[in-house]
Amino acid sequence: MVSAALFCIGLYMIISKHNAIQILIGIELMLNAAILNLVAFGKYDKIANGGQIFALFAIVLAAATTAVALAIILNVYKKYKTIDPGRINNLKD
Amino acid sequence: MSLAQILFYVMGFIVVASALFVASTKNLVRSIFMFFITLFALAGLYVLALADFVAITQVVIYVGGILVLILFAFMLSGKETLNVLQQQKSKFISLSKLPAIVLAVLFFIVMVNVIGKINADNLGWIKQVIGAKAEIKPNDEMINNIGINLMTRYLLPFEAISILLLTALVGAAHLARKESKA
Repeated sequence: MVSAALFCIGLYMIISKHNAIQILIGIELMLNAAILNLVAFGKYDKIANGGQIFALFAIVLAAATTAVALAIILNVYKKYKTIDPGRINNLKD
Repeated sequence: MSLAQILFYVMGFIVVASALFVASTKNLVRSIFMFFITLFALAGLYVLALADFVAITQVVIYVGGILVLILFAFMLSGKETLNVLQQQKSKFISLSKLPAIVLAVLFFIVMVNVIGKINADNLGWIKQVIGAKAEIKPNDEMINNIGINLMTRYLLPFEAISILLLTALVGAAHLARKESKA
């Protein structure tokens, strides 16, 4: 339940926000919902530890995503002086 | 109701409430710092799910790494964001957000339905594990097991993710570099 609520809040944030950083936080919320599920069911996997180890992988992936996304946001900000994805309208120059 | 259950409900409430606040507030700084609270409460939930190593990793990587990165990005691109803040109307639900809210609520209803239908306590493999008394107990030492599994059973995903992380780091450094005079 908590995980579902978290996922939906993240979804709402991604769609409704006009700020790339807030959209990024929404993505992180959704990722955390998934990790919460992995960990919760990982409790029943004592030998192989599938849930917990893939939760670790997911956290690392989230970190990589954030680093790249923030680099892109900074570049976009340098070029357009805005971080509203709705106002960015071309890809190269 | 045992203490662990009470703690679970408290943590779950904190997570959901602070995430809602993150989503609804107009102030980006407040949003980021409430996200901080959300992450800590999530780490608490992981501890309650008997995954203390994951909880520690969550605190170190999310709170220590990702949040600082987000704060950096906010500060480096902050001027325009702050200007936008003052112009925005203070309406909580505006018409442009209606589709997002409707979609999120519908998705939530679907997920709650699915959770109700699968009836997690009676799932086959979970029943089997509980029957064999093989689930993780609160006083088990799991970190040894995680380390051994990480280096044997999950070695391929581990290497794949390390390559991916290296690629992401190189890519991020390439994107964020100063433009050379070309």
